[in-house]
Amino acid sequence: MLNTYSYPEFPYRQSPEQKNGVVRRHPVVVIGAGPIGLTAALDLSARGLPVVVLDDNNTVSVGSRAVCYAKRPLEIWNRLGVARPMVERGVSWKVGKVFFRDQLAYSFDLLPEPQHRMPAMINLQQYYLEEELVAACTRRANVDLRWKHKLLNLTQDNDCARLTVETRDGVFHMEADWVVACDGANSDTRRMVGAEFTGQFFQDRFLIADVVMKAAFPTERWFWFDPPFHPNQSVLLHKQADSVWRIDFQLGWDADPEEEKKPEKVIPRIQAMLGDKAEFELEWVSVYQFACRRIKEFRAGRVLFAGDAAHQVSPFGARGANTGVQDIDNLAWKLALVHSGAAPIELLDTYHEERAFAADDNLKNSTRSTDFITPKSRSSRRYRDAVLELAETEVFARPLVNSGRLSTPTPYLESSLNTPDASAFAGQMKPGTHCADAPMNRKGQSGWLLEQLGEGFTILTVGEPPRHQTIRVGGVAARLLRVGVDIDDSEGVITTRYDLQPGTTYLIRPDQHVAARWRSFDADKIAAALRHSLGMSIETALEPACA
Amino acid sequence: MRLNHQPNIADPDGFYEELITSQRDLSDEQAELMNAKLVLILANQIGDRATLTEALQLARPRSRQA
Repeated sequence: MLNTYSYPEFPYRQSPEQKNGVVRRHPVVVIGAGPIGLTAALDLSARGLPVVVLDDNNTVSVGSRAVCYAKRPLEIWNRLGVARPMVERGVSWKVGKVFFRDQLAYSFDLLPEPQHRMPAMINLQQYYLEEELVAACTRRANVDLRWKHKLLNLTQDNDCARLTVETRDGVFHMEADWVVACDGANSDTRRMVGAEFTGQFFQDRFLIADVVMKAAFPTERWFWFDPPFHPNQSVLLHKQADSVWRIDFQLGWDADPEEEKKPEKVIPRIQAMLGDKAEFELEWVSVYQFACRRIKEFRAGRVLFAGDAAHQVSPFGARGANTGVQDIDNLAWKLALVHSGAAPIELLDTYHEERAFAADDNLKNSTRSTDFITPKSRSSRRYRDAVLELAETEVFARPLVNSGRLSTPTPYLESSLNTPDASAFAGQMKPGTHCADAPMNRKGQSGWLLEQLGEGFTILTVGEPPRHQTIRVGGVAARLLRVGVDIDDSEGVITTRYDLQPGTTYLIRPDQHVAARWRSFDADKIAAALRHSLGMSIETALEPACA
Repeated sequence: MRLNHQPNIADPDGFYEELITSQRDLSDEQAELMNAKLVLILANQIGDRATLTEALQLARPRSRQA
């Protein structure tokens, strides 16, 4: 098979603590250097926590795995300073087309709304993404990437988590205040803490073929139901970087995975799709099946689960890696504040509350898509075909067509960290929602709102507040960002998206989510909302966490 | 009353899930009977004869001529 990519080999280094035989206590150890673990290292270290990352391998993701990265994860990576090369290398797209047999059933546009810094979606091979994340981690003085370090055992008590780690130099022990487990769907860490991980397995198999070709297809997501070239099954086509195309063929449960991977079997399938004259070369072939399941509790004492280690979804909708990055977005600021003692331990329990809520939303959406794409009964197959046939001419049927509802963030509308609205607001920015981006001007320079929000809590307000003051709860201060003073709403988009009026004030969390909002600036109310979003009113006793 | 060709179902994905789930444990014959009942129940809800005629025509197999 052709290789457009050569895998880097990251150096194994024996750590001084193993060499010296001294057990060291670390604030945070991250298990797994995939997209989620590396993002965790970047976010936690940006928030001042030194991070050790353990990975049992020494390269990036092998083969073809995650492909699509959505706007919100790109915004998170932009906050961490790594989005630019991803967007530059990735293939941006926003149009999806759905075909039924030989007809176009309908097409959709992911982002009809312009004026966002990040594109709706990019396609990029996971190895490129991980390369950027590894490079960024290497530039951070407080990230210690340890390759070829395998976690053998983990125990914990009130004091810390104790890790037994194996390298080629033998077995040694580490201690950690916190462990972030990002070791994927088959997480060993999950087994070590005995966590429950349940859900639904789907009896179907899919073939991934990554091919290199100079194709005339536009940069769009194309999905076929029951096409003439692959009858009774579905096919998905995506463009990636370097003229690599991802083709995903549904095979059915009876397919033999070993047989289906053979080039003599794969090539005719692709020729049937592209025509006999198409010139292409295989880059990667694999056969997969999937499950939709989630961990019962995202937090097990000092161990926090994120990404596929916490939840596994079907690939339709690009909800795997995208959700995992948002887990970290949610976790990092909470862990940093709890670790420093600025917030109580209850704040960390809202990680489970908010991200389990999001995971359930993702699981629901990905299960619905799967049921539409792979109908389980004759009757559901009839309904599916009826929807597709009607969709060609009937507008009403199009919202029912489900070839994967592409990943969008789940607002934490019911979160215990929100302060409910006391006044009426139009638009989407309800408490618990991730902040919409918008163009703005700062000192005559055009830029973007999200980039102005900074690392901590932000008070976004219109005009000059009545008294200039810093709002602070214990060690946590909220920074003031005044529209019309610090930044200009140059195109009026902030006003529309946030329903701004003179005096309107938002309290925004460190993960760029709305905590509370008011029609006037009231320092006492803001301070109360800040306390609330630090988890301080969840328990009446305000015991700071032991650092 | 005219047949509504515009989307009119609140929470379409939720509705579709409920529809499919409602037949999950049924045999093919039971599901067919249920579908027929469903058509009659919804037709009664609509009531208007001209609208029902229009719907019947729309649902018939279309001549697929290239």
